Amino acid sequence: MDEVDRAIINGLQGGLPVCERPYLEAAQRIGIGEEDLIARLSRLLAEGVLTRIGPLFQIERIGGAFTLAALHAPQDSFDAVVAKVNALPEVAHNYARDHKLLNMWFVLATETPEEIDNVIGRIECDTGCEVFNFPKSREYFVELKFEA
Amino acid sequence: MNGSNSQFPDAPVVDAPIVDAIDRAIIVATQEGLPLVARPYHVLAEQLQLSAEEVMQRLRRMQDSGVIRRIGVVPNHYALGYRANGMSVWNVPDEQVDRLGEQVGKFDFVSHCYRRPRCLPQWPYNLFAMVHGKSRDEVEAKVEKIAGLLGEYALGHDILYSTRILKKTGLRLAGSSLKK
Repeated sequence: MDEVDRAIINGLQGGLPVCERPYLEAAQRIGIGEEDLIARLSRLLAEGVLTRIGPLFQIERIGGAFTLAALHAPQDSFDAVVAKVNALPEVAHNYARDHKLLNMWFVLATETPEEIDNVIGRIECDTGCEVFNFPKSREYFVELKFEA
Repeated sequence: MNGSNSQFPDAPVVDAPIVDAIDRAIIVATQEGLPLVARPYHVLAEQLQLSAEEVMQRLRRMQDSGVIRRIGVVPNHYALGYRANGMSVWNVPDEQVDRLGEQVGKFDFVSHCYRRPRCLPQWPYNLFAMVHGKSRDEVEAKVEKIAGLLGEYALGHDILYSTRILKKTGLRLAGSSLKK
């Protein structure tokens, strides 16, 4: 990664315009050519520095529902619980976290709010673990921007 | 034990259809990424058999309505060296949490900040602020700044570090939902 790559990562996290040639406009802001920008974006994607390039959606705005939920998976059956939780397509992300009580945290995404309760019931039934549900009551800030 | 939406009148309205079938088709076509060509919206338009003008207009409308938060590059924060990912959780008095949550969200190192229901007695925390850093020391120094801001209103807090990503498929709208 060089300085130009860094400028791309820092400058384009929210900066692709909706216009005929968005990469050209973005490249001009950074001070490089359009083809150079496209080549660098392809490379950064291939190297895994970028996970994607495009719109970030707030899917609950179009009628879906989300929640953050957690459970305690006992140490000796942790992997089995992971397999059961991950098997459900409604589980979008799942993280192991250091905590005495709640060591597995996952995001559920469903098409309707009612389905959230069903999925939680299903996980409790499949794993035998109590699921703690932490739906968002209010959002103060969301902006996943990282400086390279 | 959960907060219900009726309790929070400004929670997202989930039954308002603000996108139609064509918008959904655009979402499905772009959720894995924009084409890396000089005229990406034209390529999309061709795939979807729409005019480029319509694709761009609809994207702008979805930006205005908040369906699209932003359009840009999405870095892999691990690849950038942000290996310490701490979910800081706080017990803040209910009558103060909104005012303080707004302020915590303004720290440039906080990537997500939400109010969530407590699950008593096991879980007393109602304010969640995600803090990323290149090391746990860096995360802890940032969490100290949050503690300083909250002052006496921080009745308790904890930091839960992620130790392993178990699944990360992202939030995907299935192409089949186009049939709706």
